[in-house]
Amino acid sequence: MARLIRTEKEVEGRFEEVWLVVEEDPLSQWPAGPRDVVGRAATRKDALERVRGEARFTADIRLPGMLHAAVLRSPYAHARAARVDLAPALALPGVRAAIGPDDAPGLETEAGYVGAPVAAVAAETDAQARAGAAAIAVEWEQLEIVVDPEEAVERGLLHGEPERYERGDFDDAVAHADVVVEGTYTTSVVLHNALETHQSVCEWVGDRLDVYTSTQYVWGVREEVAKGLGIAPDKVRVVCEYMGGGFGAKNSAGEFTFAAAVLARATGRPVRCALTRREENVAAGNRNGTIQKLTAAARSDGTIVALGGEFINALGWDGWSASTEGPMKMLYACDNVRTVRSTAKINTPPMKAFRAPGFVEGTFGLECIVDELAKKLDLDPLEMRRKNDATSNDGTPYSSKNLAECYARAEKHWERRHEVRARSDARWKRGVGMASQVWYGGGGPPSYAWTRVGSDGRIVVVTAMQDIGTGTRTAMAQIAAEELGVPLDRVEVALGDTARGPYATLSAGSSTTPSVGPAVRAAAADAKRQIVEIAAQRYDLEERVLDIRDATIVSADGNLSVDLTEFLSMLGNAQILGKGARGPNPTGMSVLTFGVQVVEVAVDVETGEVRVERVAAIHDVGRIINPLGAESQVEGGIIQGIGHTLSEQRLLDPETGRVLTTTLDAYRVPTIADVPEIVCEFVDEPDAHLTNLGSKGLGEPPIVPIAAAIGNAIRDATGADVHGLPITREEMLRALKERRGAPAAV
Amino acid sequence: MKLVVNGEEHVVEVPVETSLAEVLRDELGLTGTKVACNEGHCGACTVQVDGMPVLSCITLAHTVSGRVTTIEGLRDHPLVAAFVRADAVQCGFCTPGQVVSAAALVAASPEPTVDEIRHAMAGNICRCGTYPKIEEAILHWRD
Ligand code: FES
Ligand code: FES
Repeated sequence: MARLIRTEKEVEGRFEEVWLVVEEDPLSQWPAGPRDVVGRAATRKDALERVRGEARFTADIRLPGMLHAAVLRSPYAHARAARVDLAPALALPGVRAAIGPDDAPGLETEAGYVGAPVAAVAAETDAQARAGAAAIAVEWEQLEIVVDPEEAVERGLLHGEPERYERGDFDDAVAHADVVVEGTYTTSVVLHNALETHQSVCEWVGDRLDVYTSTQYVWGVREEVAKGLGIAPDKVRVVCEYMGGGFGAKNSAGEFTFAAAVLARATGRPVRCALTRREENVAAGNRNGTIQKLTAAARSDGTIVALGGEFINALGWDGWSASTEGPMKMLYACDNVRTVRSTAKINTPPMKAFRAPGFVEGTFGLECIVDELAKKLDLDPLEMRRKNDATSNDGTPYSSKNLAECYARAEKHWERRHEVRARSDARWKRGVGMASQVWYGGGGPPSYAWTRVGSDGRIVVVTAMQDIGTGTRTAMAQIAAEELGVPLDRVEVALGDTARGPYATLSAGSSTTPSVGPAVRAAAADAKRQIVEIAAQRYDLEERVLDIRDATIVSADGNLSVDLTEFLSMLGNAQILGKGARGPNPTGMSVLTFGVQVVEVAVDVETGEVRVERVAAIHDVGRIINPLGAESQVEGGIIQGIGHTLSEQRLLDPETGRVLTTTLDAYRVPTIADVPEIVCEFVDEPDAHLTNLGSKGLGEPPIVPIAAAIGNAIRDATGADVHGLPITREEMLRALKERRGAPAAV
Repeated sequence: MKLVVNGEEHVVEVPVETSLAEVLRDELGLTGTKVACNEGHCGACTVQVDGMPVLSCITLAHTVSGRVTTIEGLRDHPLVAAFVRADAVQCGFCTPGQVVSAAALVAASPEPTVDEIRHAMAGNICRCGTYPKIEEAILHWRD
């Protein structure tokens, strides 16, 4: 039965009070452990077409008569386009239409960063479109720019009011503590750089708009485009069957989609608008930098008595302010916590969510300072963490938490530190560090799925979700196959099209599997129930004695055993349609993911080079649907995290606000040569309170602790405290010098 | 100009500044070759010319006289199955380029060491981080 509830909905750690219609879900969870299909390693349903280059990405879509669009971007970090003359562009060969500020959502007169979109041109070829955009004459009025976040905070240039949080009596706890450690930690801007750049192809069919776009949220783009263009959502169809990576930057429509849609309407032809790699590096979003002034205080027995932080989120011109203080509030059972987070509005490119926004940054600072505290107290960092493990989320009980088990499993990796250190020599110092992880990942309603069972005994799961490369298509197929009692190869998943499936949530916030998975199971169960009903009539048996196992309809007494396909063949063209909805999250409980990573590093004390040699990752995300895909998620998150910890550095000219690192040569993402040995383990214990699956999301947790674990391993190896990401050779040498007592070179 | 791609000869008329990637994708419809940076930094557009890996986005089509092999010509290569088995694919945007590079590697060195793999594949960026699985796929490409 449908039920209307008022509830908190969480996405990427952001909470909203919303009305939700939820459907009760009477299915009880499967017992823990591997089942016939769920919990067993499966290669991806869509691996073959992706590997063979047959998967059609947005980048590959070529519609008949398609034009190419290019966006004119601001050359100034803060300026107003007083006059925009499109005529010179329109006079150029091949140019078919041009639009300026206010002609499409996202194109604006006031540019708040270098690269802000101002106007757009559609032409026969991409080169002609770019020439057209360059020819647009803009009269710019330059405005004052501020790119320094601390200056912005001082001057009150903020997004919203500072966020404050306090529990207990922080000042008193610090005053009475045995040890107090203070430190300033910084994290830099990180660029997503998904290999498929942001792009859309738009085509009008009568008064309907088809949008092919590289997105993490087909349904969200549908809403946003409809609203932005003032048309009914049902007139907009959004399609994304395969997409080339998002990492959080592709949750919304973007100016390129609106420009393509408006230019397509103006020309009567399909229009493609794709960012170049260089545009991607300035105008497609980023993980914002942070400054974290932290205090940690403890008793001599290692009990953490106070944690405090003044955080600045250097947000850029736009974006939202993620909870950098979240880990400080949630990871430890500390009674006295005080945080304040200011969000600087500066003339740099806008923030967009990036894989556990806020928590990646905040965990770096927190988990480094906790280790510094342990060092001061001469305590074992693992024991320190165990001792202070939180028992509730600020008073709210957990739906499930197995961090203690993660710690137990981390022991054998942690034990290696003596042997690892012993392998140091005069030049290469080796050490081991760890860091813990807390993050969301419980998903929530609404999300829906349908199942279609044909007379050929094959099953299609239909839902308007998307698979952004995380393997969700495969996980959904496994869930349906498990519930219906058929092998995995009988199930296909049709997704990525708002016109052809029911609503499903976005692929972000580690929410896809825990949100859509339960709906898929419910839809499969609905189809199964109908099959059983028909079989009961056909064989004159009671429904309750019938089941489907190994694609065979069986009776409890074993007298009936009919091949499912054979049975269904009597249906002819009739189909069995199942539908399912995501039930509510448990009320009054915190649904969180946990984990710990143990990292081994080698530091060249002469050059400052840091090599990560081994990472052991143990995560608790409830039931694992596909251990193979889960392992890939962990490896991918860790490798991406090694990038922002060691090599990825976005440089900005402080005079002009211009991004200097706009290529994949200048902005150094990890290559295969940078990859350490990665060992990964899952606690794999279903969350008994969470839906019919007990599964949480895994896309983000692995990237959360890696930077701090590396920083702590560096301290173990060299005694030096690194406080800034990325840990470039300069930062490493600075920390080593500081450690030796020499004046710090900057 | 004439271009031999995957054993087939094509005649195409394109301006001199056209890249090999553009010809493959836009003229011949071979969209398996991906373009992710268009400036020679990522390896997504890798094809083989006479068996050697080449970045098609920074190769002018008119300069190509050798035989071009794209992912479409390698669809039945054992590496494809090895990539699938090892889960060496997440979003898949880099993957065709990875397979083309790997195919050149195993042709030259059928039993590559980890170091050889890392050396040969270092120009193929995978932002999803499938590297451990790629290594595994190449190590066991004939299994
Ligand atoms: S697309 Fe050619 S190297 Fe990146
Ligand atoms: S699989 Fe996504 S970039 Fe390699």
